Amino acid sequence: MTSDTAPSKPAQTELDLPDMAEARNDSGVAAMIRAILSSWPARISAAVVVLIVAMAILAPFLGTVDPVQLDPSQRLQGSSAAHWLGTDSYGRDVYSRVVYGARISLAVGAGTVVIAVAAGIFFGVLTGYFRWADIIVMRFMDGLMAIPGILLAIALVAISGATLTTVLIAISIPEIPRVARMVRSVIMGVRSEPYVEAASVLGTGALKMVWRHMLPNTVAPLLVQGTYIFASAIMTESILSFLGAGVPPETPSWGNMMADGRVYFLVKPELILYPGVMVSLTVLSVNMLGDVLRDRLDPRMAKRL
Amino acid sequence: MTTDNQSRVVLSVEGVTIDTRPAGRKPIVRDISFDVKEGETVCVVGESGSGKSVTSMAVMGLLPKDALQVSKGRILLDGEDVLQVSAARMRALRAAGVAMVFQEPMTALNPVKTVGEQIDEVLRLHTKDSAAQRRKKVLEMMERVHLPDVTRIYKAFPHELSGGQRQRIVIAMALILRPRLLLADEPTTALDVTTQKQILHLIKELQEQEKTAVVFVTHDFGVVSEIADRIVVMNRGELVETGTRDEILTAPKQDYTRMLVSSVPSLIPRRSPVTGQPKVLEVVGLVKRYGKKGLISDHSVLAAQEVSFTVHKGEITGIIGESGSGKSTVARCVMRLTDPSQGAVVVNGQDIVPMRRLRDVRKQVQYIFQDPYRSLNPRRTIGQSLMEGLINYGIDEGEARRRAGETLELVNMPASVMNRYPHQFSGGQRQRIAIARAVVMKPDLLIADEAVSALDVTVQAQVLRLLEDIRANTGVSILFITHDLRVAAQICNTVVVMQKGRIVEQGAAGDVLANPRHDYTRALIDAAPAPDWDFQNFRPAAGMPGMAPA
Amino acid sequence: MLGFVVKRVLSAIPVLFMVAVIVFMVLRLSPGDPAVMIAGPNATTEQLQDLRESMGLNRPLLEQLFLWLGDIARGDFGVSLVSGKAVTELVLDRLGPTIALSLTTILLAVAVALPLGVIAAWQQGRWLDRLVMAGSVLGFSVPVFIIGYVMILIFARYLGWFPVQGYKPLSEGIGAFASRLVLPTVALSFPYIALIARIVRTNVIEVMGEDYIRTARAKGQTERGVMTGHALRNAAVPIVTIIGVSITMLISGVVVTESVFNIPGLGRLVLEAVLARDYTVIQAVILLFSTIYVFINLAVDLLYGFFDPRIRY
Repeated sequence: MTSDTAPSKPAQTELDLPDMAEARNDSGVAAMIRAILSSWPARISAAVVVLIVAMAILAPFLGTVDPVQLDPSQRLQGSSAAHWLGTDSYGRDVYSRVVYGARISLAVGAGTVVIAVAAGIFFGVLTGYFRWADIIVMRFMDGLMAIPGILLAIALVAISGATLTTVLIAISIPEIPRVARMVRSVIMGVRSEPYVEAASVLGTGALKMVWRHMLPNTVAPLLVQGTYIFASAIMTESILSFLGAGVPPETPSWGNMMADGRVYFLVKPELILYPGVMVSLTVLSVNMLGDVLRDRLDPRMAKRL
Repeated sequence: MTTDNQSRVVLSVEGVTIDTRPAGRKPIVRDISFDVKEGETVCVVGESGSGKSVTSMAVMGLLPKDALQVSKGRILLDGEDVLQVSAARMRALRAAGVAMVFQEPMTALNPVKTVGEQIDEVLRLHTKDSAAQRRKKVLEMMERVHLPDVTRIYKAFPHELSGGQRQRIVIAMALILRPRLLLADEPTTALDVTTQKQILHLIKELQEQEKTAVVFVTHDFGVVSEIADRIVVMNRGELVETGTRDEILTAPKQDYTRMLVSSVPSLIPRRSPVTGQPKVLEVVGLVKRYGKKGLISDHSVLAAQEVSFTVHKGEITGIIGESGSGKSTVARCVMRLTDPSQGAVVVNGQDIVPMRRLRDVRKQVQYIFQDPYRSLNPRRTIGQSLMEGLINYGIDEGEARRRAGETLELVNMPASVMNRYPHQFSGGQRQRIAIARAVVMKPDLLIADEAVSALDVTVQAQVLRLLEDIRANTGVSILFITHDLRVAAQICNTVVVMQKGRIVEQGAAGDVLANPRHDYTRALIDAAPAPDWDFQNFRPAAGMPGMAPA
Repeated sequence: MLGFVVKRVLSAIPVLFMVAVIVFMVLRLSPGDPAVMIAGPNATTEQLQDLRESMGLNRPLLEQLFLWLGDIARGDFGVSLVSGKAVTELVLDRLGPTIALSLTTILLAVAVALPLGVIAAWQQGRWLDRLVMAGSVLGFSVPVFIIGYVMILIFARYLGWFPVQGYKPLSEGIGAFASRLVLPTVALSFPYIALIARIVRTNVIEVMGEDYIRTARAKGQTERGVMTGHALRNAAVPIVTIIGVSITMLISGVVVTESVFNIPGLGRLVLEAVLARDYTVIQAVILLFSTIYVFINLAVDLLYGFFDPRIRY
């Protein structure tokens, strides 16, 4: 091969251009952190999320008392040295319940994301790549999407009994179709990409193909969607509890606190407002992070929401 | 078209520099000056990244405000500096003083409005005519751009028209107010050659009637040699050379221009068929039907019917056709990326159509895709991509790495690029890598599906040379799919001409391209711009039918 | 066109069938014996046996499913296990308030969100855009019931402008009807305003980057003309889609809002039914809402053709 020496010159000069590969191809985690810390609203949201997570983990050390301890003699107290945010209608310490409530909300959020994303990837790959039972599974998913998520969740919890696990499952199921559809559409879109066909021409097998050439394309949209699911699960849990179809009533969750406060809201609105502010703050921060991630990682998704 | 010295200068670009905003890196365009006179066609020629499109957008005042700005120079339109005028004056100048035709007729028209309405909008904005007058003028203009059945097309939506018809609508829209200057930015690049010829004709015809000055931005020297009065050559934001058409084509002064012009393949076939070699590929009676034949209605499309041809060892066979001819379908069937509906594809004596385990076939046949930006997985290093196939066939990693390195050198890339990612390479380099990925498998047959169509002409020439070298060194056969007759003439031993899913003619490249027997082949050759110019040697082709020895 | 409509309508059938199957499965496959739930913990074995017999609970599951589907197909949704009234009658009784609340909410949301979204897109990146976007994230991050309670506190309790809670049908006078609907409507519309405004903004911005917008400018069209004459029409399809999605999503908001404002609508009905484990009512209401979802999606699909000639079947 000698006839083609001249053209390799420009090749060399181009290769000397500033090397941006390391910046772009490093792990998703670093990219995510950089994206998160790029603007002030994003930094504030990230800080709020970190604070709430810390609050959940460190709950016993934050000057709290047992959040389920009843004390009928201390019902509906105002704030005092003993009860920083007062007590509720059963005499329980509101501050402690607010702090411990973060645990339930975050657990529900994280659990839902894990279940919905895992099931979504499974069904998405099954229908999008293997096309196995595509029609039946996707019709089932359409049917599931047609049922109002909150009604399905209420019904599931009411029938199966109110435990954290049933609530988790009840909130996750309605989220699965959206994840599955997204994974399916990414995979179907990438099926006809030349580099996927090129791999198939090189004899790459099905599982390797999915793992190596297809699933990496779902990471960015899944990260974004997962963030939104996290926020929406926290919201749904609070609504379920508020309606009386959530985690067991004695559990210190923000939704339960608001449900308990309903009767007294005209006389003592802070019983609803304290947990309400916490739910709003958490959901708001996570949603803001979702927006930042979406703008950075998956601009096209903005169109779909 | 002739221009005399008395003609008035319509457009005068004086020392224009275009910077990115916020300013920082090198300007996109540096210190460009040229004039365009009444009735004159000036072609601005350059490869991608030369700044030719940006220059025309600047004349139109359509640079994206937050990204680019003209930082120096003047753009005079009949003596008026369009960089200084108010926004309202600029709007008035558009369409009436200077109009534009864009590259993609598909996206340049609003999909939800009828094309009549869209032409009418120009009159609504710039004239005080009544609705009836406007309609009459629009219909007249549509007739002048030779659209058939204008009252029906007036009510049509863009998606109901063909690409050529859409481009006629865009031209009607641009010229209805008889602007002094027409900017045409690659207006025929997205069209088939036969349509391209008609559109070039149309622009010329209207220009002669109205004495319009035309700036024609293009990368295609064939087109340039057909229409240009004068040529402006640009490279990386700088003006390289200007001159009359003949000066540039026969005696370019600058090295870059020489390289650019001589990279254009000419239509003169150079190679004769290979003889006395075994058959590597034999396609017999191939049929591909898309969609299902229903019980009542037949929605199926025959993308390929009764296609038969042969490729011998060490031979380059071209399949030539316009879009929709079925040439890519045939290529995909040979690779079994698509399953043929009928017929046999015999590779090295074995029919691969009934085979279930494709792995055994795929080592013998490899594929090079059109778009080098999409055919490499952006998340994997060059080395991983190159070694993937070898490892799939059980070769251990050390050996695979060694072979990948060797093959990279074969395509003139240093083996050290293996740890890099595709986005660090230019289009031409990526196509080399894609070729290496195919060649490393030591296939008997390479399928190159429009493998040089997305490349700039100088890069295209390099990649064509590379393919020839690989053929010479490895004895591989190549099935070369292209819409470009010049490229086919350059590299193919034999050619197969397809139209609407059928083969209309096949044979030695010298016979088919020099003495076409079928009307369609003749029409294709006719439509190819500047068939009689030998770009490599800067002179007219000496007697078309004559063949240089292979 | 007609063929397309028929085809789309027919394609809704399998989805509705799936909905019915899922609802049936959820209720029958959950742990717990429905007979025990219905008859209560103190029922004798004999009573339970009778109940199972009369409800068909001891037949094979598949047979039960098809019997039930057959009943639905005939419009028979059974009787409430709690009150003994026909489910259809119960649902019809509660339909009015829910329809009133939903309609006013979606109208308000669209009326506010469309201009907000367009303004934000127009001002992309400037402070007005940021304000609208920040407001929209807030809008769907605060639970509807919190917005509801805060509004009751401010506008009903402290300012006394509106009644605290309750519902009066239109037949009792427009004033009584409207004054009780204002707060729930405004509270419920917040998340939908947020959602629709965001989608309008993103799609208008996207359309503004298209080639034909450049063509319009090259013709000498004004920026206002580009927006109204070219951009909005093209952004219509996704906007219509999101309005459709909002209507279908209203349902969960309705349940909560009716509960906060004490409105006797379908949301309250389903909540009462769930707490009392009134199977037949739960099934019927979920099916009703799901059917509405399917038909709204259908309507949205058919509307596409109106806005985009490329989808004119």
